[in-house]
Amino acid sequence: MSTRMFGENVKRNIDPKLLKGEGAFVDDIPLPGALHAAFARSPFARAKISSIDTTAAENHPGVVAVYTSDNIGPLDIELPLLIPHGSMTDARTQRPLAKDDVYYVGQTVAMVVAVDRYTAEDAAALIDIDYEPLGVEIDIEEAVKDGSPLVHETHPNNIAADFTQVSGDPEKGFAEAEHVTRIRVQVDRSTSAAMECRAVAARYDSTTGELVVWDGTQAPISVRGGLASILKLDEDKVRVIAPDVGGGFGQKVLLFYPDELLVPYASINLRKPVKFIEDRRENFIGSTQERTQVHYIELHAKKTGEVVALKDFFYHDTGAFIPYGIAVAQVASTSIAGPYRIPNIHVQFQAVYTPTVPVTPYRGCGRPQSCFAIERAMDQLADELGLDRFDIRRRNLVGDDQFPWVRDGLLFADGLRVSLDSGQYHKALDMVHEAIGAGDFAEEQKKAREDGKYLGLGLAFYVEGTGLGPYEGGHIKIHPITGKVYVNTGLAGQGQSHDTVFAQIAADQLGVAVEDVILTEGDTGAYDWGVATFASRAAVVSGNAIHKTAIKVRKQIITAAANMLEADESDIELRDGAAWVVGTNRSAPLAAIATATNPLRYAFNEAAQAATQFAPASRHDGPALDEGQHPGLEATDYFSPECATWAYGVHAAVVEVDTTTCQTNIRKYVCVHDCGNMINPMIVDGQVMGGMAQGIGGALYERIEYQPDGNPANANFVDFLVPYATEIPDIQVEHLQTPSPLNPLGVKGVGEAGCIAVGATIASGLTDALSPFGNEKFHHTPITPSMIFEAIKQSVPSKNETI
Amino acid sequence: MKPMTTIVQEANRAEPKSTVKMTVNGTEVEREVSTRMLLSDFIRHELELTGTHVGCEHGVCGACTIIVDGRAARSCLTFAIQADGADIRTIESVAGEGGELHPLQEAFQDNHALQCGYCTPGMIMNILSQIEAGDKRDMTDDDIREMLSGNLCRCTGYANIIKAVRAVTDTTKRS
Repeated sequence: MSTRMFGENVKRNIDPKLLKGEGAFVDDIPLPGALHAAFARSPFARAKISSIDTTAAENHPGVVAVYTSDNIGPLDIELPLLIPHGSMTDARTQRPLAKDDVYYVGQTVAMVVAVDRYTAEDAAALIDIDYEPLGVEIDIEEAVKDGSPLVHETHPNNIAADFTQVSGDPEKGFAEAEHVTRIRVQVDRSTSAAMECRAVAARYDSTTGELVVWDGTQAPISVRGGLASILKLDEDKVRVIAPDVGGGFGQKVLLFYPDELLVPYASINLRKPVKFIEDRRENFIGSTQERTQVHYIELHAKKTGEVVALKDFFYHDTGAFIPYGIAVAQVASTSIAGPYRIPNIHVQFQAVYTPTVPVTPYRGCGRPQSCFAIERAMDQLADELGLDRFDIRRRNLVGDDQFPWVRDGLLFADGLRVSLDSGQYHKALDMVHEAIGAGDFAEEQKKAREDGKYLGLGLAFYVEGTGLGPYEGGHIKIHPITGKVYVNTGLAGQGQSHDTVFAQIAADQLGVAVEDVILTEGDTGAYDWGVATFASRAAVVSGNAIHKTAIKVRKQIITAAANMLEADESDIELRDGAAWVVGTNRSAPLAAIATATNPLRYAFNEAAQAATQFAPASRHDGPALDEGQHPGLEATDYFSPECATWAYGVHAAVVEVDTTTCQTNIRKYVCVHDCGNMINPMIVDGQVMGGMAQGIGGALYERIEYQPDGNPANANFVDFLVPYATEIPDIQVEHLQTPSPLNPLGVKGVGEAGCIAVGATIASGLTDALSPFGNEKFHHTPITPSMIFEAIKQSVPSKNETI
Repeated sequence: MKPMTTIVQEANRAEPKSTVKMTVNGTEVEREVSTRMLLSDFIRHELELTGTHVGCEHGVCGACTIIVDGRAARSCLTFAIQADGADIRTIESVAGEGGELHPLQEAFQDNHALQCGYCTPGMIMNILSQIEAGDKRDMTDDDIREMLSGNLCRCTGYANIIKAVRAVTDTTKRS
């Protein structure tokens, strides 16, 4: 047998090209004669547009066209609501170009197309737009009050959605409780900040009527479907390609950004290639963001620490529009009980419109907020009951023998039940306890305090529903000339190493080298069934689809090879790119088998000549292809999960506060993580560590600073603090591998895992570190030096606590 | 709509131009460019060397880092005409003539030091300029972090980039 590739640290197929600068990101695609788009954007958070004068822009040298809502034909519409839900009424979505009203700073009002981007920007600045500014309220808790300025007149109190979910019998749980812990927590607005901003280029061929769109999107098939519908084109005439994409993290999955429609429209309209390459400022003010939630969470517990009921009410900031529906809030609400049994749950949220950039999922998608709420509440409960933070978790974790743990009544973002499918939660907690050195920490902390150093131990557990449906597909074809394996799937990659992990899955079934598996994804011209890359779903859904497909192709190879080698099928093994008769040196290369299974009479290459040395690949009478038979080695299959599969992990950190600068120093950080069977541990580690760096950003540095007038004051990388290498400590990642029972490969998603628990872990650690100063619980992230200053300025540490 | 050639001519007439001459990856190039054209745009769009990426255009992320006269520089904060007479190296010059990876590039692949790969060319050019500038054998991990502190990466969390740099500087140590 060949070595199993699943589980190996295989190097990535894609790396050499990216390392040599040969990647093809949207702006790298050569489009001779391409025109460039730039936008005039609203400088006000909420205003009426009283007039737009484009004359000066139109007359500017080099300008080809200026578009406003008056001349964009079929695009002068409200964009689709992607995921309708009964909790929303008259859900508001934005228009490609504003008409009469603007709803956030950065909203697109007009688009200029010119010979180059410099000229287009000059002309955009010449568009004369008169606004009548209106009142705004940015704070979600103020925005819901009577009399607050409305974002949309259609929505009293700015409430976009109101949804309650119940599991078990909360009233009964409340009655049984002997202790109630109540806290308010808040997580602030952040953004994906992928290194490549969004980008769209389009070329319309008026001869063939074909529109090709290169879009740095996570969802090319859906973009294609929507474009064809809105522009009234045949789907077959629209090809959407997501080429190399420089990170996504959720932001690149919205359908539609204004430019995704306007650029193809302009290309058709002007009969020229057109491109829009978003700049960083535009990314901050024009591309979606996420995170702001305020939770009021209650844990109703026994004196033993056993939580018998949970009640949570939270406000979710959805920005000026709610194009993605309630997905983020729904994920938060259904993840609220974390890894704990808590049998009775009442969770309600209100999604609130604010005149800010619209909110759609950003890596984590509501999970960091709900993890922050439940984990900070668990710490608080432990504190109030005088229990250790590890102990209170042990008393509530779902046991290994209790899976699947179903939360009846809670429906996840896929509309399906919440069922924690497998795990070893207790073992994970024990591992993190050991790895962080929790047993000796009290002593270490005491000694440090004697030296005037403030150390704290932070702890947080998380669960993550991953691998959401509805489905993905896999298509595999073995090339007759080279014998190489061509794999297609419908979703797209933004750095997740799909080309390598999917190759590992296919290679195991087909007995080929990983580098001989060539993945094409994100191109509707190659394969056009599927959904998109989001919700940590690629490995689970596409991975299993490709696995199932590879099994089909394997069977085809074995049947053909047995015929060709005149052996029993059970004696055929696949390895080294060939089919072998076990125990002999007789073999047929895959290229020859692929050739022989195609009854074509031209022996135009070596593989075809080689194929003639063997017996026929198919044994039947009559026409060359038997009824139901297809030429070549090729198959398609799909995987449609019955529900999400739940990964989990636990983080612990030792943090130190510098009481002079109020900086937080992470001295040690441990993550124990379980995403089921790992296809490639090196890549899993990469995903986890990258997520944790984003988590550290969210915990300590990253916040979109909306001013009271709705202007973001830090819409750039100078002021919005994405961590550099100097801010990220060594992180120790340990794995458990509890297979998921919900898919053949036993895998769970990992893409979002790293970021979820970091805020709660750091806050837990800082609370512990600064306990001598009083009672600051750090229920709000990011935790800035100013917050730490506030926590320590009130008091000097009491002597009892320092010694 | 005016004919496209007219629009282009009008745009050209309106735009002040200047001639620049520089050596890029060992080849001398001469172009007439708009005086406000960024060096990053010049490299990417005029010379079609698209391996140099643009991440922020305000000199923070380092994705556009190239080597100008032996020192790492941000091409998005430089006008093309400022590079007149300069000797420039971009990511396209790093691998061998047969396409074989440079040891630093190899270390990136071996250590999974890139994911989306967008920041990678700038990261490589920055590290390369510093390795070439002097002895890097005794760097601590924090020294390496400092070395990388001009480049943002949103995917990797940096740990594997630090490992890759360590692998190359350790090789230096042995040689």
